[in-house]
Amino acid sequence: MRTLLLAGTALLTLAGTAIPASAQVSDNVIRIGVLNDRSGIYADLAGEGSAIAARMAAEEFGNKVAGAPVEIVVADHQNKADIAASKAREWVDTGGVDAIADVPNSAAALAVQGITKDKKRIFLMSGPGATALSGAQCSPYGFQWTYDNYAMAAGTGRALYEQGKKKWFFVTADYAFGQSLEEETTKMVKSLGGTIVGSVRHPLGTSDFSSFLLQAQGSGADVIGLANAGGDTVNAVKQAAEFGITQAGQSLAGLLMFITDVNALGLQSAQGLMLTTGFYWDMDDQTREWSKKFEAKAGKKPTMVQAGVYSAVKHYLKAVEAAKTDDADKVAAKMRELPVEDMFAKKGKVAANGRMFHDMYLAQVKTPAESKGAWDYYKIVKTIPADTAFMDPKQSGCPLVK
Amino acid sequence: MTVASNSTRVAVRGPAIGTALIAAVLLLLALAAPFVLYPVFLMKVLCFALFACAFNLLIGFAGLLSFGHAAFFGSAAYIAAHTVKEWGWAPEAGLLAATVVAGLMGLVFGLIAIRRQGIYFAMITLALSQMVFFLALQLPFTHGEDGIQGVPRGLLFGLFDLSQPLTMYYTVLAIFLAGFALIWRTVHSPFGQVLKAIRENEPRAVSLGYRTDRYKLVAFVLSASLAGLAGGTKAIVFQLASLTDVTWQMSGEVVLMTLLGGMGTLFGPVVGAGLVVTLESYLASTSLPVPVVIGCIFVVCVLVFRRGIVGELMHRLSKRGH
Amino acid sequence: MVSLLGIPPQVLFGQLLLGLINGSFYALLSLGLAVIFGMLNVINFAHGALYMVGAFVAWLLLTYAGIGYWGALVIAPVVVGLLGILLEKTMLSRLYKLDHLYGLLLTFGLALILEGAFRHQYGVSGQPYPIPAALQGGQNLGFMFLPNYRGWVVVASLVICFGTWFAIERTKLGAYLRAATENPTLVQAFGINVPVMVSLTYGFGVALAGLAGVLAAPIYQVSPLMGTNLIIIVFAVVVIGGMGSILGAIVTGLGLGLLEGLTKVFYPEASNIVVFVVMAIVLLIKPAGLFGRER
Repeated sequence: MRTLLLAGTALLTLAGTAIPASAQVSDNVIRIGVLNDRSGIYADLAGEGSAIAARMAAEEFGNKVAGAPVEIVVADHQNKADIAASKAREWVDTGGVDAIADVPNSAAALAVQGITKDKKRIFLMSGPGATALSGAQCSPYGFQWTYDNYAMAAGTGRALYEQGKKKWFFVTADYAFGQSLEEETTKMVKSLGGTIVGSVRHPLGTSDFSSFLLQAQGSGADVIGLANAGGDTVNAVKQAAEFGITQAGQSLAGLLMFITDVNALGLQSAQGLMLTTGFYWDMDDQTREWSKKFEAKAGKKPTMVQAGVYSAVKHYLKAVEAAKTDDADKVAAKMRELPVEDMFAKKGKVAANGRMFHDMYLAQVKTPAESKGAWDYYKIVKTIPADTAFMDPKQSGCPLVK
Repeated sequence: MTVASNSTRVAVRGPAIGTALIAAVLLLLALAAPFVLYPVFLMKVLCFALFACAFNLLIGFAGLLSFGHAAFFGSAAYIAAHTVKEWGWAPEAGLLAATVVAGLMGLVFGLIAIRRQGIYFAMITLALSQMVFFLALQLPFTHGEDGIQGVPRGLLFGLFDLSQPLTMYYTVLAIFLAGFALIWRTVHSPFGQVLKAIRENEPRAVSLGYRTDRYKLVAFVLSASLAGLAGGTKAIVFQLASLTDVTWQMSGEVVLMTLLGGMGTLFGPVVGAGLVVTLESYLASTSLPVPVVIGCIFVVCVLVFRRGIVGELMHRLSKRGH
Repeated sequence: MVSLLGIPPQVLFGQLLLGLINGSFYALLSLGLAVIFGMLNVINFAHGALYMVGAFVAWLLLTYAGIGYWGALVIAPVVVGLLGILLEKTMLSRLYKLDHLYGLLLTFGLALILEGAFRHQYGVSGQPYPIPAALQGGQNLGFMFLPNYRGWVVVASLVICFGTWFAIERTKLGAYLRAATENPTLVQAFGINVPVMVSLTYGFGVALAGLAGVLAAPIYQVSPLMGTNLIIIVFAVVVIGGMGSILGAIVTGLGLGLLEGLTKVFYPEASNIVVFVVMAIVLLIKPAGLFGRER
């Protein structure tokens, strides 16, 4: 029986070790927590790369801001909202974290947004795309940096319409995120005078798209819009190539695609695809130089999410330096006041709802012949100016906008 | 079924005074814990401990391996979150609703699944829970992959402010203890004895005149309700309900907790839940891949450590006693 | 053109054909599960993970050794089969005397390890794998465009499925196997090495999963998660067909593929769930499954 008691104590002791020994909480440290998926579906587009990007931003300040050292901590939220929430709480309550960065996966980001709003900590979102984060669920301390679903959908929708592709068919992932992508694109296409000839909803995590593509093919649409993400998009594109859909004259548009998806597809299947992106490593000298440094550490080119983490963390540190404090209210005010100027965003500015306005880019995936090697994937077709790329803050539904 | 049968007998036979003493010490530790450890972490452990105990009621005492318990846990979380957030119910009403809904789901699952035993039972519960997962993905009130967020903790019985970490903690502790006491009572009742008889030898129990299906169904509903209570509590603690809790991986996790702690022992699932939750939160800040570590523990437990931690301790103890 | 239930027949035929293609994957995977279950009484939770390993072996062969599709079609199943034999010899074989549930739990752990390890090593966005040159392009069937590769998948898996069924139900070796499951001691007494036979059976069953992985590689992305969700559907297929019934697994696999194809036309949102609905109904009416025997 004594042994049982020991087991109980041992359990509690073990439980104790789980919480990092951060008794030395000091207000003299600027601590930024990079919270993202490090093992699941977003690990490639965010993951360790985002932590590297955050460290690169801190290094540019000599790891010291307003007289205090800057420290980057990381954690894996495993794409679970509850793990994200408890990690964020723990960081704020016992870890002395001043800002949380990245957090791909909208469910996890919404949970963290709630906590950072309550506890007054800065939240630098690069990974999540839900428009609610700078809309109905916006926060005075939450900043949505890199992209959002509206920018992705509306950007691609308008650009393709301008190329004369007016009839759309949607292959939509049947959940909130896919539906919102379809809705935003539909609004944009219809407002310009285009038509929607049909749509089909597929369950999340579908591996076989052939029957949906067959329906799309028979619809006579000019464009098949893929309102899904990740593995679903990759499978749909791959199978569209197999069924000869693009050869037959229909265009494919990925409404939310990252460069890692293109890498997974290979250019043979992905060529010709149109998509919107917030960043591409091969845009100008600045982006090339930064990406080269990044590649030296991460072993691959940065995604837009990773580049966005860099930019957001850098802007945050700039604001701390200007405010000479890590007080969230003052820093948030400075972040809104200062222009964003770095290799990621030129003349960017933060709106009242926390949305960072910067130029977006319409890209087309190169053919294997055009590509000069690994990661040489995009042709930038068009720059979408910041003021039309994102939703007007007044329409976002964010109560902070007057 | 022979799952962990030896250890249970020991657990049940243990001298009452010793058990009471241990219970008292553990209770004191639990009461003092939030002053030493991070309360949210402890609450998470308690929620999963209750979940694992509920699961253990089936596998450990009735010999039924359900591979779909996440369905009850996760659905109850949605119900609690929805009633409290959208309908403005008090937390206790939300938890009651969550428990009842999980119990009803348990009834439906049970009616379909208890017709088969062993692996068949496991597969059927797995498939049914997968249906629940797809429903959770599609029904509008669950808000798909965003989940139900920002659930207010509210006032318990209109008196206690649950947004205070300590109040919330003691509430969760009380819920856990109530659930645990119910399981304790069930296991030691004549009903529990019949369950064990069914686990050891179902045909014999039938020949003794017991309608075994009825017993198994009641155990299943009870287990599902308690899993629901745990899920609902978790939703209130974390102020959210999401798809994670309905996935089959979650069903696997509760199997692991129970296996690691000791199937068929009363304290085993508690220890297992504590260890797994601790391990996961520890691994989250290292570069080790979580699934690989969890998988390795699974394999080691199955191959060489089938009694689990508590089961093994009890076994050693009883050997020394002889 | 007459339309059936508001759907033009050519669309219907197209969808049915696509359903048949998916069904042949289900059949191939559930066949392996059924063989393993029939002989070892183990529910192989690692089946999906081994299917993924098969696809990855094909990709690794192409990327690092320059061995193409046809080579992979032979090598990958052998590699996966050997891996299976290794797992059976070192781990599974220790559990036969215990409750069958432990086999399920062990393979569940193995699935987590395999998937986690590949995820850690290769990330999750997946790797591209091209369709072999000889099978590129497609045929216009009038009602739809059928890629050659998909046609090949159907033919190949049907041949393998019915070949396996024939080998187990109609040959001497198959007879030994079946006898060994009924009464291992007696068969051992006849001078047949039962443990080796069991290992080989497990190896063969998972090799089928590896083969399905290679067949799937050019269609789906080669990703560590490709087997995770598939395995649950395949479980349901095996339960519907009747656990351990070889013919049941094949017929149900194909049938459910067709049914899923139809669902995708009429109510696509439900296409993931239809298999489980069928399972619940079948279990209520015939608890042993369509082709299973009560035991």
